[in-house]
Amino acid sequence: MNFLSNKSYIAWYFVIPVVFIHLFVIGIPSILSLALCLTDWSGLGKINYVGFENFIELFDDRYFKKAIFHNILWTIIFLTVPVCIALMCAYLLTGIKRGQMFYRLAFFFPYMLASVVNCQIWKYLFHPIHGLGGFFESIGIEALASSPFTTKDTSLYAAAFVDGWHFWGFLVVIYLTGMYQVDNHLYEAADIEGASKFQKFRYITLPMIRPIFIFSLMIIIIWSVPVFDYVYILTGGGPAYSSEVVANYLYTHAFVRFNVGYASAVGTLMFFYVIFIVGIFGLLRRLGWEI
Amino acid sequence: MLVSNFRRKEAIPNHFILILFALLAVLPILVLFFNSIKPFSEFGLNPLGPPSEVRLQNFPDAWIAGEYTKIFFNSSKLVFGSVILCLAVSLLAGFSLAKLNPKGSTVIAIYLLVGISIPAQLYILPLFLLWKELSLLNTHIGLIIIYSALNAPFATFLIRSYMIRLPDELFDAAKLDGANTFQIFFRIALPLSWPVILTAGLIIGLAVWNEFLFALTFITDPNFKPMATILFSFQARFENNYALQSAAAIMMVAPIALLFMLFQRRFISGLTSGGLKE
Repeated sequence: MNFLSNKSYIAWYFVIPVVFIHLFVIGIPSILSLALCLTDWSGLGKINYVGFENFIELFDDRYFKKAIFHNILWTIIFLTVPVCIALMCAYLLTGIKRGQMFYRLAFFFPYMLASVVNCQIWKYLFHPIHGLGGFFESIGIEALASSPFTTKDTSLYAAAFVDGWHFWGFLVVIYLTGMYQVDNHLYEAADIEGASKFQKFRYITLPMIRPIFIFSLMIIIIWSVPVFDYVYILTGGGPAYSSEVVANYLYTHAFVRFNVGYASAVGTLMFFYVIFIVGIFGLLRRLGWEI
Repeated sequence: MLVSNFRRKEAIPNHFILILFALLAVLPILVLFFNSIKPFSEFGLNPLGPPSEVRLQNFPDAWIAGEYTKIFFNSSKLVFGSVILCLAVSLLAGFSLAKLNPKGSTVIAIYLLVGISIPAQLYILPLFLLWKELSLLNTHIGLIIIYSALNAPFATFLIRSYMIRLPDELFDAAKLDGANTFQIFFRIALPLSWPVILTAGLIIGLAVWNEFLFALTFITDPNFKPMATILFSFQARFENNYALQSAAAIMMVAPIALLFMLFQRRFISGLTSGGLKE
């Protein structure tokens, strides 16, 4: 239907600016990257076509494999810990009358803050002499005696913790929106049957919010791919690559070593992975999964 | 409200757990605030608690040490520039997708949806080389263009979903009166859309204010850096002066906290609308 104008090209005038600016900044550079991944360009001089050499090299690269493994771990952590906490908090929130708004604001506020600020807060709190380390020492408990960000075994989890701390309130709000759409009669019927709180959650709430729930899992998987800020600021990928993630690895190759071809190959893999995930969820929806 | 979900007396354990998590979310920020008004000498004995003596001088100290007059101006310029440019292009596109239904509008919608999910790492390097070629590195306009493009798909969809609910009769009536499409956009669609303009503007502004990766990459001259990357270098420069660091961080948080108090619902609904399907 085109009820405003008989000339359909006018509708296009309105769309051109957004398409132009998006192509200029994201579309064309993305295509360039997909092409440059087949070259050995260093940003200057001649561009040589090398076929799939970058990818072959990548699959042999110990540090890249390590980074991928860390991204997978990161995804698994985010698919479980914040999701469970957020589901629980959202469900508990539907059961109270007073203080609803207070809790919602408190949970959500960290999500509004810049990564630099959140990282600074936790760098301080996890500092061995200041912050919680100093506090525990003063009351005689041996905990956090060294910063988890500079310890090999914990650096990745510590960075994930800070990112998760800032993120989970977002999930609470999303789940809450879904839970409020659940028909009250279902709970009343369950009450008559004598269902427990957990049974009501398991057999009413969870199935009813399934579309939103599945969707939240999809964005977590997608958002776990380009994770950068928290790792770069808190650990820089170290110590000794113990918290290296793909985005930080790409950043080092791109802007420290200027391996344009190699970095583009990493970016290309990230892109196809994301498209693959979106495709799977799209397919599931087509197959009649209500998501 | 799901009152029947739980009975009143059963709500007490709920509050207990919820308060624990609320404290986990809020206490760290409170510690940051305490530290920003704590004298430097007090940190050794009292790392977490409220200061025994309030020292507001930390703020002017941090302001001068970080040359924040300039930096605040840089960030404001980026925020306002991006909000205006991004809103302009997104309003036009949102209006068209909602009410004009151009042929092939699904292609545009799909393009923008794919655009949202492309990881920045795919295009950041070619974009950097392109910006270098165009002499846009270390300029605010260069970053404003990037931020507008990054946020435009989200803003376009948000605006589209709002405008699509505006009654068609209004537009038909204006058309009968002889108004052309541009007049209809400016005189009818825009004035009726101020709520979504406000929401989208707040979300874009927040994203730009907090943005780190592109600011880090595209602005290396300290004179042009925004708050986020200055705070990052500030942390390294004054590594052990937590009073100064915390005051600088609070200066970055304060405008957001203020706006959040005024527009909580807008922020929450705007930021989560991307995660919720129509």
